[in-house]
Amino acid sequence: MKPIYEKTIGMTEAELSYCPGCGHGIAHKLIMDVLDKKGLLGDTIGVSPIGCSVIAHQYMNVEMCEAAHGRAPAVATGIKRVHPDKFVYTYQGDGDLASIGTTEIVHAAVRAENICVFFINNAIYGMTGGQMAPTTLIGQRATTAVLGRDAVRNGRPIHVSEMLATIEGAAYVERVSIDSPAAIRKTRKAIERVVEVQQRKLGLAFLEILSTCPTNWGVTAPEAMSWLRENMIPYYPLGVLKRPEGI
Amino acid sequence: MTRKVLMKGNEAFGEAAIRAGCRFYVGYPITPQNELVEYMSRELPEHGGTFIQSESELATINIAYGIGVAGGDCLISSSSPGIALMQEGFSFACMAEVPIVILNVSRSGPGIGGIQPGQSDYFQMTRGGGNGDYRIPVFTPATMQEAVNTIYGSFEIANRYRNPVSIMVDGMMGQMMEPVVLPEAKAPLAEERIAAEKPWALVGRGTKPTRNVIKAYAPNTTILETQVLRLFKKYESMEAELPEAVLTDVEDAEMVFVAYGSAARIVAEVMTILKERGIRTGLIRPKTVWPFPNGAFDRLGERTKIVVSVELSMGQMIDDIERAVRGRYPVRLINRAGGIIPTSEEISRIAEEMIGAYR
Ligand SMILES: Cc1ncc(C[n+]2csc(CCOP(=O)(O)OP(=O)(O)O)c2C)c(N)n1
Repeated sequence: MKPIYEKTIGMTEAELSYCPGCGHGIAHKLIMDVLDKKGLLGDTIGVSPIGCSVIAHQYMNVEMCEAAHGRAPAVATGIKRVHPDKFVYTYQGDGDLASIGTTEIVHAAVRAENICVFFINNAIYGMTGGQMAPTTLIGQRATTAVLGRDAVRNGRPIHVSEMLATIEGAAYVERVSIDSPAAIRKTRKAIERVVEVQQRKLGLAFLEILSTCPTNWGVTAPEAMSWLRENMIPYYPLGVLKRPEGI
Repeated sequence: MTRKVLMKGNEAFGEAAIRAGCRFYVGYPITPQNELVEYMSRELPEHGGTFIQSESELATINIAYGIGVAGGDCLISSSSPGIALMQEGFSFACMAEVPIVILNVSRSGPGIGGIQPGQSDYFQMTRGGGNGDYRIPVFTPATMQEAVNTIYGSFEIANRYRNPVSIMVDGMMGQMMEPVVLPEAKAPLAEERIAAEKPWALVGRGTKPTRNVIKAYAPNTTILETQVLRLFKKYESMEAELPEAVLTDVEDAEMVFVAYGSAARIVAEVMTILKERGIRTGLIRPKTVWPFPNGAFDRLGERTKIVVSVELSMGQMIDDIERAVRGRYPVRLINRAGGIIPTSEEISRIAEEMIGAYR
């Protein structure tokens, strides 16, 4: 009998402690499964900075370190320079990457570091309890914008992928989502591509994954998937923004 | 035969690191340590090493942390305000037990302050502006030769304790030229050797039965307290093994100066001047300021009437001196701030007046 689904050995036996409906678990499994299938688990070094997924190393079955809030691309730079032939990635939230760590991601791209960056955009600060993120949508409620984000008072949400696509050293930039089985399959394919970009040493490979935070959005798990589809995707269009030849 | 070469401080510091086998350097321009950044950008690639000009000192320390977790021997340098930006990373590296060698070629503050040499980073370096219970050894060489030897030896110390190690020199030492004997060049740690030499480092799990994970976050109080207590066992060994001071004529002195780095060089001249004026002086020159060489102060005798801290700051080391002296002698301060280097005559005059009151 041929199994149709098997748990990847890229994930540990630990039970995920993320909230029900949180997208981190899906993203973790997809990345680890791709690394498993590509035979890279033994040659991978990951970086998880502060955010809900600072504990990603409890689940991702590869060598990892934690990084200070926002600094993962700098840390990954250091790791990659010591081990140029290992697969090095960061896994960062939107508070982490699009707010406190904007400088580090921009300059890792400017230096064309051969690393992969998985950017989990859930449009909110998860770990600290639902404050406004740079990616929070106009009108979206947050504990620091209780009436909803107001463009005049709070500014408009940042399109990180579009910004990074303007940087020459960012070789690959794509935005994907995890809101449906079809979207998840596409995300898996995208992960395969960003891994390949690094294997071929083409520069920084960036994958923005639109994700959910039902707890801080104040919705149920299934509602979160629809909310993402109906609100986030129109503002953050999916697709490849930049890809090198042959990928 | 050991040959002396004439080198500018900042360049000699870089050469010392390269000769120690360091092949990774990260830096961001700031006076008075720019020559070091420039030297490494030229020399490291020649030695098969990696030079990274970072986008900020925040990035510097975090790239260095990445190099450290991956098992590379890394030097970073900056000057006072740049070091201020790195402090979160120092705390992080201590918690995660990642070796990094940090050089502060200090200027005078607060704020952006001035580019003239100062010693007003004493608290910054010894107390740390990073959060939490952590310690970083601070070496304070006073000659170029000593600075070269200290940097050369610091990688081994950082690796031995799995902790950052810092060297504090001021801009005067970074900028001046002095003859030095360069130590023998050691082979760098090859990438293939990292797993064997640093079994905790991240190299990819390969076929290892357990994988390495380097953490700075403690999900509960028990884990955190256990880790902090473990760190403090290590810091206790540092306190036992690292303190060092050079003592000159202290047994017989009525006035004992305490000074480190450039200030100690001036005090050496002051002692000659005061001797001619019939004042018996001694000097305790700390070569480490954390751990502070408390034991040196037990060598002072009954003849000592006063202990004087000479600092290029408003008086910071004096707190540690008070603690080491434990009320046995009055402790006073002679100082200048703002990057002004007092002349030996100026210090001598103040010292002469001071001792008058205690004789
Ligand atoms: C220097 C610093 N500032 C602030 C924090 C507090 N903090 C922890 S996680 C976080 C935001 C996390 O949000 P995000 O990156 O979007 O990840 P998520 O938790 O949503 O997955 C903040 C602000 C911190 N740990 N360090």
